[in-house]
Amino acid sequence: MYTVPLPRIGTDIAWRDAAKRLIGAGVSPEDILWDFDNEMGELFAIDTPLPPVTRRIKAPQSFVEMANWVVWHKDPQRFARLYAMLWRLRHQPGLMQDRADADLAKLRQMEKGVHRCKHKMKAFVRFRDLRQGGARRSFAAWFEPTHHTVEPTAPFFARRFADMDWMIATPDVTAQFIDGNLTFHPGQPKPDLPEDATEALWGTYFCNIFNPARLKVSAMTSEMPRKYWKNLPEAQHIHDLIAGAEAKVQQMRDAAPTLPPERVAKIKRQLRGRD
Amino acid sequence: MSRLDLSQKLAILSDAARYDASCASSGTTRRDSRDGKGLGSTEGSGICHAYAPDGRCISLLKILMTNFCIYDCAYCVNRVSSNVQRARFSPDEVVQLTIEFYRRNYIEGLFLSSGIIQSPDKTMDDMLRIAKRLREVENFRGYIHLKTIPDAAPELIEEAGLYADRLSINVELPTDQSVKAYAPEKNPATIRKAMGDVKSRKDVASERSYTGKRGKRFVPAGQSTQMIVGADGSTDATILGQSTMLYGDYKLKRVYYSAFSPIPDATAKLPLIKPPLAREHRLYQADWLLRFYGFGVDEITAARPDGNLDLDIDPKLAWALQNRALFPVDVNRASKEMLLRVPGFGTRTVGRILSTRRHRRLRYDDLLRMGASLKKAQAFIVAQDWTPGGLTDSADLRARFAPPPEQLSLF
Ligand code: SF4
Repeated sequence: MYTVPLPRIGTDIAWRDAAKRLIGAGVSPEDILWDFDNEMGELFAIDTPLPPVTRRIKAPQSFVEMANWVVWHKDPQRFARLYAMLWRLRHQPGLMQDRADADLAKLRQMEKGVHRCKHKMKAFVRFRDLRQGGARRSFAAWFEPTHHTVEPTAPFFARRFADMDWMIATPDVTAQFIDGNLTFHPGQPKPDLPEDATEALWGTYFCNIFNPARLKVSAMTSEMPRKYWKNLPEAQHIHDLIAGAEAKVQQMRDAAPTLPPERVAKIKRQLRGRD
Repeated sequence: MSRLDLSQKLAILSDAARYDASCASSGTTRRDSRDGKGLGSTEGSGICHAYAPDGRCISLLKILMTNFCIYDCAYCVNRVSSNVQRARFSPDEVVQLTIEFYRRNYIEGLFLSSGIIQSPDKTMDDMLRIAKRLREVENFRGYIHLKTIPDAAPELIEEAGLYADRLSINVELPTDQSVKAYAPEKNPATIRKAMGDVKSRKDVASERSYTGKRGKRFVPAGQSTQMIVGADGSTDATILGQSTMLYGDYKLKRVYYSAFSPIPDATAKLPLIKPPLAREHRLYQADWLLRFYGFGVDEITAARPDGNLDLDIDPKLAWALQNRALFPVDVNRASKEMLLRVPGFGTRTVGRILSTRRHRRLRYDDLLRMGASLKKAQAFIVAQDWTPGGLTDSADLRARFAPPPEQLSLF
């Protein structure tokens, strides 16, 4: 029996290293307990050192790519499921192409969940200006991811916001980017971030780009689920926009056509003169 | 008139921009700012940073430089004869809004269009200078979409293409007659010429010269256009025919369909209607079938004699119901082309069927796991453990899919 401790930061590398050793030594899935971030406590701790690396382990590229996503899922079974798939792949190398296999389908579904979470994090993180002065500007955000997606997603922010310092704090892991260096730290409670006047402008934009004649609330919520709203400054306007939509459209309909402003005749004369 | 502050201008000039459907930020070159000397990145697929309660993606800061306009397009909120409040951003305001929104991760970039002020050239030149400043002074590497003014000098449009990821020129209405009737100052031939110019310039940029050097980057995300649906009497067959021409002749990346939607201070010339959202949705589905599923316009619009799409069911299903003799198809043997024509199968499902088929014979549940919508597909397919029996030809098949008649409401 092996108990494999996996850290919260650097989970992917730790899992891959352990899985390689265990597969290499032929350890079957039922003989392994995966312990993420000490969640099992002392209860199951059996201190068996992992087997040494004896040979190079090969796995299909598609599995490796999938595993790199699935390790960040919140399901406590993720490591066991991945290992079980790796175990089966030893004798069924074509398994990854079998889209109808139930175990694989489950893993693909988890992969999709992590993808989606990563995508939503790229979309919904909202920075606030910390106004600290200095050569580089600094910003910070609070975000609550569904899965453990901060680590695989932070490099995106590093590529995009390279000329500023920033921090994305989450209850899971906090990412920091200072002077071009990206580091990860344990999660934390929501920090007190200073007010940022640009948020009001963004709210103005959000309200005015909305077309009240096309109200389609479910299309919005399916892409921007309510669970994200509390950290999106623009979301505070949604209620009023929906409530006022019908009246706004009615107003447009009721308004009798007005007479064109006086300048029109002059402008039209000029336009005609030009051709 | 008192001076407007930035927030008031933003309200007016985003309100004026919301009738443009496009907010895409995808398909451009990959860029980043890892060198620490600039701001922004683009990585293939765009990001929707928010959704408005109209269900539409907010990816870009979509604003007008100004909503003053000397033209009089009947469908447009900015036409000269409208009494809406007018405003104008300074170039600096547009640049600062873009950069500050971008830094807070609100947007992927800027979609700038404008009413026509003084002259088309002057308008295009002002827009151009904003884009240039974003690129050259702010080192902005995010996405820029410029709506070009078709009557502007070709050199200006060409220069715009050096800074923009995408250029668009709206054809506005599906037929030349409608453009003449409702946008009297616009000339369909000029619009097409401008699109043609952008296309040839882009072709040149992607060719390598005899020295092997590639031309300068020119609108890497291509050009797009928009047609307003429901303002004139054009049928869906006419609209889709126009789209096919635009995709073919001008290599457009996207044609957007925008349901004619009530505007403040409308003109008596074009009475307000309830925006035909269902029709717009069906047109997008049909557009997809034309581009990715191997359908022709005639096939898609043949189901109804009036040349319009069936609003109650999607166009692929409508086609399949008209062509039942071709079904059911055997998912274990059918060609890719035929699988793509099965209602409820998307391109991704078809890809999975083809790859899994090499390993085993497919059963009904396998298809479910692959993401097929079997509620639609089941009447049209045969699998290892499934045949539709009389379902394919049953008289009430359409009724199973069409929604029950809607209750009428006052409009
Ligand atoms: S040119 Fe026509 S469509 Fe464009 S802003 Fe002016 S009135 Fe509107």
